[in-house]
Amino acid sequence: MLELFRDANALWVLAGTTLLGISSGVLGSFAFLRKRGLMGDVLAHAALPGICLAFLFTGSKNPLWLLIGATLTGLLASLFLSWITRFSKIKEDTALGLVLSTFFGFGIVLLTQIQHSDFGNQAGLDKFLFGQSASLVGADVVMMGSIALVLILLASLFFKELKLLCFDANYGKSLGFPMVGLDFFLMLLLVVAVVIGLQAAGVVLMASLLITPAATARYWTERLDHMILISACLGALSGLVGTILSSVATKLSTGPLIVLAVTLLFFVSMLCAPKRGLIAKWLRLIQTRQKVRQEQIYVAWNQLGNQTVTLTALSNQSNLSPAQIRRWIKQQKRGGQVMESAQDTFTLSNASWKKANDTALLRLYMEMWHMYEDIETDCSIQDIEQLSDLPESLRSQLQSYLQKHIPEEDQTNYYVTRKAGME
Amino acid sequence: MTTKTPPLSIENVSVAYHRKPVLRNITYQSPEGECVGIIGPNGAGKSTLIKAALGLLPLAGGEVSIYGKPYSQQRKLVGYVPQRESVDWDFPTNALDVVLMGLYGQLGWFRRPKSEHKDRALEALRKVGMESFAKRQISQLSGGQQQRVFLARALAQEAQIYFMDEPFVGVDAATEKAIVQVLHELKEQKKTVFVVHHDLQTVSEYFDSVMLLNLRLIASGPTNEIFTTENLQKTYGGRLAILPPQTNDLLSTQ
Repeated sequence: MLELFRDANALWVLAGTTLLGISSGVLGSFAFLRKRGLMGDVLAHAALPGICLAFLFTGSKNPLWLLIGATLTGLLASLFLSWITRFSKIKEDTALGLVLSTFFGFGIVLLTQIQHSDFGNQAGLDKFLFGQSASLVGADVVMMGSIALVLILLASLFFKELKLLCFDANYGKSLGFPMVGLDFFLMLLLVVAVVIGLQAAGVVLMASLLITPAATARYWTERLDHMILISACLGALSGLVGTILSSVATKLSTGPLIVLAVTLLFFVSMLCAPKRGLIAKWLRLIQTRQKVRQEQIYVAWNQLGNQTVTLTALSNQSNLSPAQIRRWIKQQKRGGQVMESAQDTFTLSNASWKKANDTALLRLYMEMWHMYEDIETDCSIQDIEQLSDLPESLRSQLQSYLQKHIPEEDQTNYYVTRKAGME
Repeated sequence: MTTKTPPLSIENVSVAYHRKPVLRNITYQSPEGECVGIIGPNGAGKSTLIKAALGLLPLAGGEVSIYGKPYSQQRKLVGYVPQRESVDWDFPTNALDVVLMGLYGQLGWFRRPKSEHKDRALEALRKVGMESFAKRQISQLSGGQQQRVFLARALAQEAQIYFMDEPFVGVDAATEKAIVQVLHELKEQKKTVFVVHHDLQTVSEYFDSVMLLNLRLIASGPTNEIFTTENLQKTYGGRLAILPPQTNDLLSTQ
């Protein structure tokens, strides 16, 4: 691995793939939020005929010409896409499939043509199909890198406008921004980002390099600027890791390894991200279930009106099975919140008894709040977790509604209403 | 400016979707400093009308002018509250940031919002009772709160004319109250507000004048003259279910 850093060419490749990761991470974020996830795929496939045509016209493999050719056909493909969806009844997914395969098919025809003709195999254009980062030389990387820098610069310059485009294009139009033009501009940036990555990652894999870092970054943040930053770092990281891995295991090519690295990061994020991750969601679900069960038990206990109750009574009152209640009681016993005063007869600690009363009262208050939802207050109904979250003024208001709505004979069922009413 | 140019003047406007006309030959001059309800059945072209006025849809014919000039020259005078469902609220941003978007037009290209802009955005949030939610991720807001954020965004524009697309649909009572409050304030500041509205019950309460719309303009003018059963029947036809009088009584006891 140390050899890698002594080899000048390998260092070029490393720098190239890293920069590539950054630019596709940044641009990919906007594509992702604009709901153009598949766009990268279409653009990459549409670049192939452009590369072949550029070669046929100029007869040279100068990367600049190939790049221009690829950009032009990429743009043409995106124009076709928007025309098809605007002027026909065909939906976007169909249009994407249509354009992608047509352009790619045309590219393959041209590629075979070139390989069977005089300039023959030396053309080596097929490296664009699957990518071949090892073939990158200093000049390629300098060009790739400077274009990537320009892309990043442009994206940060137009950050505000692109954000508006991605969130609410129609509103942007009403403010006077040329949204159609901006959309085209974003498309242009995307095309270029895809095209400079082709030599390293190839047509097939480029799409994942564009969209996966962005989708991964979304898991970790709720801010657009952070998301773009994270996405760029993830892109760079996968570029680095992929390249280093492929130099360690020389038989493996870089492009696929980069893609595997970025996909691995995606799966890790999907599982482990703090708020949006699957594990976090699953834990939240368990917590909510426990909370709901506890609330059910508290309310039932309170409705029974006695600090000491039998298991059967609690089970009947709460509609929970005795086993479910036992499990909760077992937890509570550890903290000393519940005492077993006799066989299957349980007593709540004073603190928990108060909690049970508060919970039952809060539930009634919330019912009232939903009935009179235009109550004057600054706090928001979804922010109320426990009784103490309710401001005093709101509480007395809810209390008066409560006394109006719950009939006298039912109120006797609710220990708390009696108690609160006496206060 | 002694001769009064109307805030919004619509001359013989038609709008078509896919060559099918949606609005035909609408001609309308709005009063100034009033709250105007745009009323009509579903699919009558209410939203289409305000989108056309805002230049979001191409006109198939006619002309729209804002204070006597085309919309493109008067953008700074116009605020827009789109329908809440028109955007994806799972966007990585917070309420304050969305309100700041209302200032993008004044900021122009490339300039980023500064602290003075943030203060203005916060002030707009305060007007809709949402300042304590400034830093909240927008997907964590309730539907009504999201609607208020959109309203605040338009208020931040400090426009002369406002177009609001169904702001009252599916919101909680607190939000409804906040919107009504904002409408009152805007009226006091002599601003003109157009509101696409569905609920016939509240029309007389909220709006000084109305536009009754059903593909064409059925009638327009002060609410107490125009919002009559006869005109409503012309607008809604058989779809108008006249509410029995006791419904109103029920609504007022609380």
